[in-house]
Amino acid sequence: MKPLPSTHTHPRSLKQHKKSDDATFRIALAGNPNTGKSTLFNALTGLRQHTGNWPGKTVIHAEGTYSYNGNSYTVIDLPGTYSLFSNSADEEVARDCIIYEKPDVTVVVLDATAMERNMNLALQVLEMADRVVLCINLIDEAKKKGIHINEKRLSKQLGVPVVKTSARNREGLSHLQKVIKEMAYGKINTNPYRIRYSDELEEKISAIEETVLSTFGDRLPSRWVALRLLDGDQSLIDSLQHRIELRRKEVGAHGTDEPLYPVEA
Amino acid sequence: MSQSHIIPLTEGLPGQTIRIHHLTLEGTMRRRLLDLGFVPGSDVTVLQRSPLGDPVAFRVIHTTIALRKEESSQIYGELIGSEKNETTT
Ligand SMILES: Nc1nc2c(ncn2[C@@H]2O[C@H](COP(=O)(O)OP(=O)(O)OP(=O)(O)O)[C@@H](O)[C@H]2O)c(=O)[nH]1
Ligand SMILES: [Mg+2]
Repeated sequence: MKPLPSTHTHPRSLKQHKKSDDATFRIALAGNPNTGKSTLFNALTGLRQHTGNWPGKTVIHAEGTYSYNGNSYTVIDLPGTYSLFSNSADEEVARDCIIYEKPDVTVVVLDATAMERNMNLALQVLEMADRVVLCINLIDEAKKKGIHINEKRLSKQLGVPVVKTSARNREGLSHLQKVIKEMAYGKINTNPYRIRYSDELEEKISAIEETVLSTFGDRLPSRWVALRLLDGDQSLIDSLQHRIELRRKEVGAHGTDEPLYPVEA
Repeated sequence: MSQSHIIPLTEGLPGQTIRIHHLTLEGTMRRRLLDLGFVPGSDVTVLQRSPLGDPVAFRVIHTTIALRKEESSQIYGELIGSEKNETTT
């Protein structure tokens, strides 16, 4: 396995939260249906979440744990979706996990033989979170089909680490675990690719983003929330309102004057 | 691309490939179809009609997706060819 490109590895900038040596981390597995998330989940945790050759098996998210180099990792196996734009209950589950729960690392599992299709969801996740690893799975299938993936170039263009795996054959797992660990400890600086829209749109996005920031602080991915509000995502609006309500009740009960923000339902 | 060759997906026959030009759907349905790969520039192959003619199966970015008439009639594209022997992916 090759090391990550140096642009993303700045061992000196141990930013934000300094984690203790035996910290516990939360890792979410997101991705299109049938990309091997549950297979990867099972390989990492030793559990037996349902897998199979038809899409839509993981409906409610499953959790399991593994240890690596003295740390404990809780892995969340999310249902497979083509998008996180709240078209269905599955998409809402995956979306809520990524934006409200904010896993220490979100791993997007991609099918190496269908990169074009898988990129839609990957790009969405890159707009929602900063600590993202792209795991290109089914690499054995890709090899058989003569597909070669240049993970260094992908990593450079998308601004996050890219790891190739074959979950069913347990290939690339220890490298993936190493990258997850480094990212969880803040040792990998990412620069997730974010689409820039027209000047007119960008102006609107900035204006909404300011309001989002003043309401929620940095607890939510403000640019992404602004984009979704601009798109009129009713499901997200409902879920934000619900969380603000919960928070309001909590504040009312305890009499603090902290700013309002969505809490986990 | 001349407008005269633009047809709705509903007019495609099994085996024909249509390059998507635009969608007239709005809102969530539009979003959903874009997420499934029905984006302008994408090539869609008509696979087969169900016995009653609705829904129809399409192949888009290596995935088979069935659409009802109310959706496929609002996706427009240019007929770019007809494959006699579909390769399986
Ligand atoms: N050849 C090969 N097959 C794999 C690999 N990983 C998973 N599979 C197979 O791909 C199929 C789908 O795997 P799952 O783990 O169920 O996929 P999933 O992403 O959890 O699917 P959903 O829960 O529907 O989103 C299964 O038949 C797996 O055995 C791999 O690395 N190589
Ligand atoms: Mg699964």
